[in-house]
Amino acid sequence: MRTGPARIALWAFSVLVGFWLIAPTLVVIPLSFTDKASLVFPPTGWSGRWYTNFFTDPRWTEALLSSLQVGVLVAVVATVLGTAAAIALTRSGSRWAKSSYGLLLAPMIVPTVVVAIGVYALFLQYGLLGTLFGFVTAHTVLALPFVIIPVTASLRGFDRRLEDAALICGASRWGAIRQVTLPQIAPGVVSGALFAFVTSFDEVVVSLFIQSPYLQTLPVMMFASVTRDTDPTIAAAATLIIAFTTVLVLAATFATSRRNRVR
Amino acid sequence: MTALIEIAAPAAGRRPKDTGDRWGWLLLPALLLLAVLFLVPLGLMAWRSVTDPAPGAGNYSWFFTSDVALATLVRTLAVGAVVTLVTLVLSYPYAYLMTVVGARARVWLTLLVLLPFWTSLMVRTFAWVVLLQDSGVVNQLLGTVGMGPLQLIRTPTGVVIGMTQVLMPFMVLPLYAVMSGIDRRLLDAAQGMGARPATAFLRVFVPLSLPGVGAGALTVFITSLGFYVTPALLGSPDQALISQQIFTQVNGLLAWGRGGAMGVVLLAVTLVLLGLVGVVLRLTRTRGGVR
Repeated sequence: MRTGPARIALWAFSVLVGFWLIAPTLVVIPLSFTDKASLVFPPTGWSGRWYTNFFTDPRWTEALLSSLQVGVLVAVVATVLGTAAAIALTRSGSRWAKSSYGLLLAPMIVPTVVVAIGVYALFLQYGLLGTLFGFVTAHTVLALPFVIIPVTASLRGFDRRLEDAALICGASRWGAIRQVTLPQIAPGVVSGALFAFVTSFDEVVVSLFIQSPYLQTLPVMMFASVTRDTDPTIAAAATLIIAFTTVLVLAATFATSRRNRVR
Repeated sequence: MTALIEIAAPAAGRRPKDTGDRWGWLLLPALLLLAVLFLVPLGLMAWRSVTDPAPGAGNYSWFFTSDVALATLVRTLAVGAVVTLVTLVLSYPYAYLMTVVGARARVWLTLLVLLPFWTSLMVRTFAWVVLLQDSGVVNQLLGTVGMGPLQLIRTPTGVVIGMTQVLMPFMVLPLYAVMSGIDRRLLDAAQGMGARPATAFLRVFVPLSLPGVGAGALTVFITSLGFYVTPALLGSPDQALISQQIFTQVNGLLAWGRGGAMGVVLLAVTLVLLGLVGVVLRLTRTRGGVR
């Protein structure tokens, strides 16, 4: 098996699969630098005009700013609520706390389109379509599992006797959590916050339902652009998203792996 | 709040006992948000499915007698099954290779699988639109090897290609987890007893890897049922999947009842399959064959 033909075939097959896995990324990035006004790949000439276009067209910049604004607020709200919930989940002995773990992770499993039409009905009724409040709350529900999972994992690895020691030394319960527990679980919290941001930044289906002409996120703009025209500005937008989310996910992974090394 | 917590704190030196609900209240904000923006919406959808436009089970009897609606459900399940099968065929050798290579090659193979995880779904689907379009790269390549241009985009084939790429990690990772736990000396033992390598692989390794196949296949299948963006952009409107139908019913036709009924059916199918995952996981755990 070491160097036999079976192994060569296995490698060849896997290299093809790997190539196919990164094919979308390999297409989008060069395409964003094309000099033609069409989505023809491979590009024949190069220019940065689609980036200029992206940053000078108010529709794209407003969508980008909306996405960033919603994403940051979702990261903050989901991290606070998710960390509080994770503390309760790992410490409360009551049965209802245990059973709410599954409920809190449910938005990850239930098909988004099902959640989306329900939220749409609700927002329609209370005039929340296209509002910042609506986007942030709806995205926060979807982002909560991505905070709760890493923070719960961090808390399970945290030695609670450290907190007891702080209490013995006279710290208040809240003081012990703030000065001892939170710094210890910080990597989990940071990675949760980053994943919450990325979840919101990437979300399309719910956003398509609750958008309005006054508030659209970047993925919604992209969706509309793909169905409507062949303007390579969308490739520039896609490349910016790739670059941005890659940096964030690498940061989150780094934060988590640091936690593992400490333990 | 601080004062409240201080009063609740036990006398110094005693380990607090975590009975009762000292910590439970920290769950309330998250649960409240979930109730208002998750449970209420799901309830609202279910309620509308039996009240809009008229009270009764009309929307459900429409669903189960309408050829179009049933065809959509069947098509969604069929596309899910094909996606699951293709994903398995591509992932099994890949995951197997991950278990036999050195540490450095494994890091690269893992990175390649994880890359789709953090590339936005919208971005990847857009990329497939570019790749699969009638004059796209894939068709150019097909042209150079003498196969005429194929209609890929706006067909179920395009949807399967796009969805498979998106769902690969959900198959490779559980497969790898199970395969890396298989004791390879069992293969040597089988060969020592006179089995040919291929026979040993098929009769020893493959059966032991089945829990990973089951977990991966169910995850991929369940996730594929809820896809909207990929079929909407890569598929054709008259070959719509259930998510697209729900979107059209609610957003285009304002048929809340019908859209709601389809949503309830989709949710029910998802939950039944999830229950199946639970059963599979419990079976493999009690058998204890893997780890």
